[in-house]
Amino acid sequence: MGNSIEVKDLTLNFGSVSVLKNMNLDVQEGEFVVLLGPSGCGKSTLLNCLAGLLDITDGQIWIKGKNVTWSEPSERGIGMVFQSYALYPQMTVRGNLSFGLKNAKVPQPEIDKRIARAAEILQIQPLLDRKPAALSGGQRQRVAIGRALVRDVDVFLFDEPLSNLDAKLRSELRVEIKRLHNQLGNTMVYVTHDQIEALTLADRIAVMKGGVIQQLAGPQEIYNRPSNLFVAGFIGSPSMNFLPGKTVDGGKALVFGDQRIDLAGYDGGTVLERDQAILGVRPEHITVSASAPAGPSIPAVVEIDENLGADSLLWLKAGAKDICVRVPVEGRLPAGTKVHLGLDIAKASLFDTKTEQRI
Amino acid sequence: MADASMSGSLAMTGPRGAKPKRALNPRNIMLYGILLLVCLYYILPLWVMIMTSLKGMPEVRLGNIFAPPVEITFEPWVKAWATACTGLNCDGLSRGFWNSVIITVPSVILSIIIASVNGYALINWKFKGSEVFFTILIFGSFIPYQIMLYPIVILLREAGLYGTLWGLVLVHTIFGMPILTLLFRNYFSSIPEELFKAARVDGAGFWGIYFRIMLPMSLPIFVVALILQVTGIWNDFLFGVVYTKPDLYPMTVQLNNIVNSVQGVKEYNVNMAATLLTGMVPLVVYFVSGKLFVRGIAAGAVKG
Repeated sequence: MGNSIEVKDLTLNFGSVSVLKNMNLDVQEGEFVVLLGPSGCGKSTLLNCLAGLLDITDGQIWIKGKNVTWSEPSERGIGMVFQSYALYPQMTVRGNLSFGLKNAKVPQPEIDKRIARAAEILQIQPLLDRKPAALSGGQRQRVAIGRALVRDVDVFLFDEPLSNLDAKLRSELRVEIKRLHNQLGNTMVYVTHDQIEALTLADRIAVMKGGVIQQLAGPQEIYNRPSNLFVAGFIGSPSMNFLPGKTVDGGKALVFGDQRIDLAGYDGGTVLERDQAILGVRPEHITVSASAPAGPSIPAVVEIDENLGADSLLWLKAGAKDICVRVPVEGRLPAGTKVHLGLDIAKASLFDTKTEQRI
Repeated sequence: MADASMSGSLAMTGPRGAKPKRALNPRNIMLYGILLLVCLYYILPLWVMIMTSLKGMPEVRLGNIFAPPVEITFEPWVKAWATACTGLNCDGLSRGFWNSVIITVPSVILSIIIASVNGYALINWKFKGSEVFFTILIFGSFIPYQIMLYPIVILLREAGLYGTLWGLVLVHTIFGMPILTLLFRNYFSSIPEELFKAARVDGAGFWGIYFRIMLPMSLPIFVVALILQVTGIWNDFLFGVVYTKPDLYPMTVQLNNIVNSVQGVKEYNVNMAATLLTGMVPLVVYFVSGKLFVRGIAAGAVKG
């Protein structure tokens, strides 16, 4: 298993604006990598660079052991699926699927064979002779995926393919893309701003911000051990609770307001004594109880209670700080209730306030 | 059950269904009255022209310009087309008509081809300085033609094209470029960029994308360009009179010469017929493609 895609020192400037900064990324063969980040973080730009649709300023791009930095998009051995489907409106579905193959001068019997195979995999056989205008959103996106499929390439690039679909279709197609990946075993690079898509689909997630990859790791690792404050705040909904304070006693405890939180069992580096540190705890790693529990805890007052159906979110105030806790529906509490919040330090993250890095 | 049917029958006694509309309410009378007046105002000159052109000279002299002809004659039309005199030539408008055709057809085709490729390249294949190039091109459309008349005479003379139809074709093609390029560029910019990207991933090149992706989606804007150019070039007088010689005068110049030639009596009926004949081509183009025209204008206006 070698590297399918290698990005080496990739830099891209638009005029004086630096969009991608000295980026390195290796994607294993058959791996599903998701580029995740807020708008304008450069994730789609990176994908366009991989596809050859944007000329890069510096660096190299290798695909399947070939330096494709200066190659045309069609010569790179990639298939691409766009957010707006980008189907050719004047052609039938069959025409859309065969357009690239005809450009590549693939013989007609081979074209027919590949279209038949793609249509079977995506279950669009009955649609082959329709125009895109006569298809629903989900069907269009299937055809768009089919257009990448018939090219018989090793690398699939997805540019927010599900963003234009409604919630139900989105989750259906998400599962279908996962199934497709299991079935075909292609390398896939997938751009999205939806963390649910990222967490469910990815073998590895590259969280990006400001043209830089902040963390590249498996979904669980990213979720449990975010490498910095940005990743910690970006992944997870509702976001991680951040308790600012300072560490004392050689790093054995964090002082938050007038509360002392014992850091025993923290899963990370040596804490040391720091004037400023931030303890991050996810809403599901906090327990609510009427009396102070055995482990580290802080007192708080319930403000708002949001019922989500499956579970419930409690918004509380601990001193001046807002804190969100995910509780079972039966654990709902009326506003004004005074409680103690038990913190699961083993699953928490501690950040240095100045460097914003995880300790 | 009983309650439901009770309330149901009660509801049926009141108003139901579409609200009736009175055709002759004050608003409609005002609206259509004014529209009718405006229509009359615009149709009147055309009426006078058609009626006059169908009258003989004795009837024209009676002076009832609004009255329909007592005795319909097509002689003025025939004369305007075939035998009206301008200076020494006495073959009417027909010569000018064919000159205009020979000027208009290549000018329209050439300018549309070049401008559409320009617009396509400026949007989808941005090159270093493409914005500057576009700005300069657009700047050209703000300069009054009259300023450039004489310099172009010199340029054409140096190129050996002065006084030829091809010289005039060249001038029309160049002067159509700014507005047409703008038109095409804006239209192509409304075509999603991802479509262009998808085609590139599919291995289509510059011309492949232009002919197989862009052209089939751009019929409306081509119709708009066609109408703009046909009417613009057909109706042109200034370039025609400056850059050609009497043998090659386009129809508009020929018309002017017929109407303004002062020898003997002014034949109003022939003049009217000649004017109508000259205006026929743009009129036909408008009527044939009117629907596409409106759609294309709107389509081009959405973005850009």
